[in-house]
Amino acid sequence: MSLRSNLPELAKHTLEDARKEFPQSVKEGDFVVAGSNFGMGSSREQAPLVIKMCGVRAVVAKSFARIFYRNAINIGLPAIVCNTAEIDEGDELELRLSEAKLINLTKKIDIDFPKMSKTMEAILNEGGLLPYVEKYGDLLLA
Amino acid sequence: MSGKTLAEKIIGAHTAKGEVSPGEVVIVKVDYTFSHDAAGPLLINQIKKLNAGSLETDKDRTIFFIDHAVPSPTKELSNDQAKVRNYSLSNGMVLSDAGNGICHQVMAEDYSSPGDLIVGTDSHTCTSGGLGAFATGMGATDIAVAMKLRKTWLRVPESLRVKVEGRLGKGVFAKDLILKTLSHLGTDGATYKSIEFEGPAIDDLDVYGRLTLTNMAVEAGAKTGIIASDEKTRQYLREFDREEEWKPLGADEDAIYESELELDADPLEPQVALPSSPDNVKPVTEVHDVKVNEVFIGSCTNTRIEDMRTVARIFQGQKKAPGLKLIVTPSSQKVYLKCVKEGIVETLINAGAIVTPAGCGVCFGALGGIPADGDVIFSSSNRNFPGRTGNPKADTFLGSPATAAATAIAGIISDPREYL
Repeated sequence: MSLRSNLPELAKHTLEDARKEFPQSVKEGDFVVAGSNFGMGSSREQAPLVIKMCGVRAVVAKSFARIFYRNAINIGLPAIVCNTAEIDEGDELELRLSEAKLINLTKKIDIDFPKMSKTMEAILNEGGLLPYVEKYGDLLLA
Repeated sequence: MSGKTLAEKIIGAHTAKGEVSPGEVVIVKVDYTFSHDAAGPLLINQIKKLNAGSLETDKDRTIFFIDHAVPSPTKELSNDQAKVRNYSLSNGMVLSDAGNGICHQVMAEDYSSPGDLIVGTDSHTCTSGGLGAFATGMGATDIAVAMKLRKTWLRVPESLRVKVEGRLGKGVFAKDLILKTLSHLGTDGATYKSIEFEGPAIDDLDVYGRLTLTNMAVEAGAKTGIIASDEKTRQYLREFDREEEWKPLGADEDAIYESELELDADPLEPQVALPSSPDNVKPVTEVHDVKVNEVFIGSCTNTRIEDMRTVARIFQGQKKAPGLKLIVTPSSQKVYLKCVKEGIVETLINAGAIVTPAGCGVCFGALGGIPADGDVIFSSSNRNFPGRTGNPKADTFLGSPATAAATAIAGIISDPREYL
């Protein structure tokens, strides 16, 4: 917990419990592809923040723990709920948020996902909750 | 128009249109916002970036707690706490300083009341649901916005009803019931949902036990856990000189639940969650010969005064097993003081316990009580993920404070019914 307010230092340990080499091997624009209940067990916004700081473009999972999901959207990190069974390590992915479509360019498969609520999409489009509230001066129903 | 669940009623009452249905995304007014020393520093950074809204509204309903690492063990954490302390004081908000207690316990003692909508930067914010409030945990940015705008966005959750028939037997507690519930639901069985507990066994529980149930709703992934407000709620609020804040509140008879789980309290035995997940549950009678090195009785899940009285009854005239570390952390200063006045602290010390100031303590490994490599901890807290208590090379078992006390005496995981 001593590292909690030192995000750059904390980022060096991102997802290391799952994959020890993750902080060293992750590259700008990468996707994190996960299974069920990703982000379980905490309300800490530091969790999606350090993932975003590593350059991750989006997190794609079969399901998310709800607070992680919300936090990801609020910091402008797309969290996509879809079937990840047909995605393998190294596949090239393209995310089309407004079409609710993830394209596996390597395998040439379109993976559809349930369309996000307009409020969440609006927050993501502004880059997160803070820029959204700054722009509109309020929380509004999209 | 169909009836409404507790979550739908409370959320609806906090929207402009007054009525909501599951799946809708709505903007709601919030009654209380809070943060603590673990998320507060980030929240304060975010609030400072935000021009919209005002910090002048509901300052007496904006609370900062210093509870996670008290007293602070490192200079980094001291600096974080200083930031939270100075910010809340200089802005005229409420500061619940180090030693006053765990945020969820203090919310339930001094602030939360039936029908409130409460958001805080901690996953166990749902604890206040035991008083008939809709309370849910969020991240720092969310709460920063909620503190300034006094509103937030919510997706109205589907409701899952846990109906409990019968009555808990001697030596069997709310903690055992929620562990049993988790063994059925799993750690993602209620993701995004509101768990509404009802039935004769719930009516029979006092609010102390109800808070233990709602506290661990999040362990099934739930957005919140809620229990109707009744005469027991009124009695509890009276104990804290807040009876005027009481109102009856229940789900409609024809409310629609997405799913339902029925349990019977009558045959329920004390339950134990094995490493390393709170849904990995067995009755204590099926857990044999597990030697324990450390027992922690504490956390926002348990160690309200009723728990402490039970623990003291078990420890009366008894000693902890030789070489076992026994750490007891009351959930709040109010509980601690009652323990002093009622002689509970004396009983604990005579049993060989270290009694620490009120706070989160051993539960998540931020300060004292971190286990050694290979240690087995038995804890009355809510999570036993690897490394949760500060050392991934230790194993954590979860159970009621009574089971923890019996285990501390025997040195192996033991059935509390033999001691009561």
